[in-house]
Amino acid sequence: MKIVIVDESPVRAAILEDGLREAGFTNVERIGEMRSLLARIYAIDPDVILIDLENPSRDILEQMFQVSRAVRRPVAMFVDQSDAASIQASVDAGVSAYIVDGLKKERIKSILDLCVSRFNAFSRLQDELARAKSEIEERKTIDRAKGLLMKAKNLSEEDAYRLMRSTAMREKKKIFEIAQAIITASELFK
Amino acid sequence: MTAEREHLRIGFIPLADAASLFVAVDKGFAAQEGLDVELVQEVSWSNVRDKLNIGMFDAAHLLAPVAVASSLGVGHVKTPIVAPYNLAMNGNAITVSPTLHAAMNARLDGDALDPLATARALARVVADRKAAQAEPLTFGMTFPFSGHNYQLRYWMAAGGVDPDEDVRLVVLPPPYMVGSLAQGHVDGFCVGAPWNSVAVDLGVGHILHFSVELFSRCAEKSLAMRESFALEHPNVVAALLRALHRAARFIGEADPHEIAALLARPDRVGVGADVILRTLQGRLKIAPDGATRENARYLLLGQEGAERPDPTQAAWLYAQMARWGQAPVSTALLDAAKAVFRPDLFDAALPATTRSGDAIGAFCGPKFDERDLDAYLAAFPIRRAP
Repeated sequence: MKIVIVDESPVRAAILEDGLREAGFTNVERIGEMRSLLARIYAIDPDVILIDLENPSRDILEQMFQVSRAVRRPVAMFVDQSDAASIQASVDAGVSAYIVDGLKKERIKSILDLCVSRFNAFSRLQDELARAKSEIEERKTIDRAKGLLMKAKNLSEEDAYRLMRSTAMREKKKIFEIAQAIITASELFK
Repeated sequence: MTAEREHLRIGFIPLADAASLFVAVDKGFAAQEGLDVELVQEVSWSNVRDKLNIGMFDAAHLLAPVAVASSLGVGHVKTPIVAPYNLAMNGNAITVSPTLHAAMNARLDGDALDPLATARALARVVADRKAAQAEPLTFGMTFPFSGHNYQLRYWMAAGGVDPDEDVRLVVLPPPYMVGSLAQGHVDGFCVGAPWNSVAVDLGVGHILHFSVELFSRCAEKSLAMRESFALEHPNVVAALLRALHRAARFIGEADPHEIAALLARPDRVGVGADVILRTLQGRLKIAPDGATRENARYLLLGQEGAERPDPTQAAWLYAQMARWGQAPVSTALLDAAKAVFRPDLFDAALPATTRSGDAIGAFCGPKFDERDLDAYLAAFPIRRAP
């Protein structure tokens, strides 16, 4: 069975491809370049096309099934109209599957379930990355504010931090917010 | 009747013809009707259709032919959709590259403003290219079930060009249209605002025709919802229609600069206000040298009873699907198509409006008669076999 993954995110496409391979689907190709999308799909002639929902090229695929005499018509999109839970899960995760003629529904279901869990795993990864980045940013801001306090009030590092922390507690704010305020104020006083 | 609800998720594609939806929310008309409307921006018509069909959207800004196709089960799983309100009529244009424009001008026998004359000029260019064994011309449109596709096909075929045999028609997402023209991947396209103007501004395109010059009344975007949703929430539907009607009236009366600025927001259409202003005023720059053309009916939002869905227009859209082999010809499908457009729901919410004259107003060809679809279709020399 030939599966095509249409995704502009190479990381996500790789995660998906690995998952499919582990599940025994070895004939998997990725298309990241949208300009030659139709030509590539005609050449590969896949049984299943997986595309991420944030890709505007989904509309291009719709045309392929409408006007092309070269590609077999898809029998269904997603799993089945009646399987509302699968469809919802797939759309929520951000993936859409086109199933081209002649495949057993059960096999498609396993592919789609796998895609949904992989897409969800990818978005969790993205969230964690974003959180880690913002933690680093916060740490930098707090360090800078600490430095400013040490210099302006002639405090030790430990005292400067303690001052920020007690102020944050009194004001019911985060230390990061106090740090930001210190930096803003110091720029105004320049 | 199940409990009515006030929170609505409505999907849209960033285009000027969703203006009434934006204004209904941003100017508080929806809130005044007790509705809390969340507008969700989408990247493709397939997404809008699917999210509407599976219930992730309560309503959507949708290509009118997609509402019809979805209800007929053409091109996708069948989901009954109703369209109780026309968000826009007309509003598209056909743009070609400077190279094709020059080639067509050289072969033009007649008035460049006459679509039949330009279609015949295109046919001569196509024949010239065939004789020279050049690659066929490629045209972009936005979706297989779209006014853009049908307008382009109708115009070409009127001049003797078979859109499936003599040229290539490809789907392109609207934001890719201009880039594809600039890079020579397409020789022309039919698309809605603001993309024609963007192409002209960049000097890569000439606007040949406004779609209103091909058809005087063409249902372009519907407010679409699942039939089951409309049945279960009649008061919500009526409230939404009233809010949209007030928005459309506001657009007609307010300073167009204010409307253009509102539409220009990145979370709405996200292009320059000046480009949107031209669309709203129907005054478009048509050539890179700065020539303009004006048509007050370029985009009809609330004017001339454009809001009230007309089943004849749904029938016409279905006839185009039948003409181009997307759907079989049958009276059952014709009736199902007409039932998608729901003037009864419109009339239940708003004072009835009437229109006068031809429901379609095609620039050439047989007058549309839904009572004899076979005869209407047979009158076209170029069509797909049924």
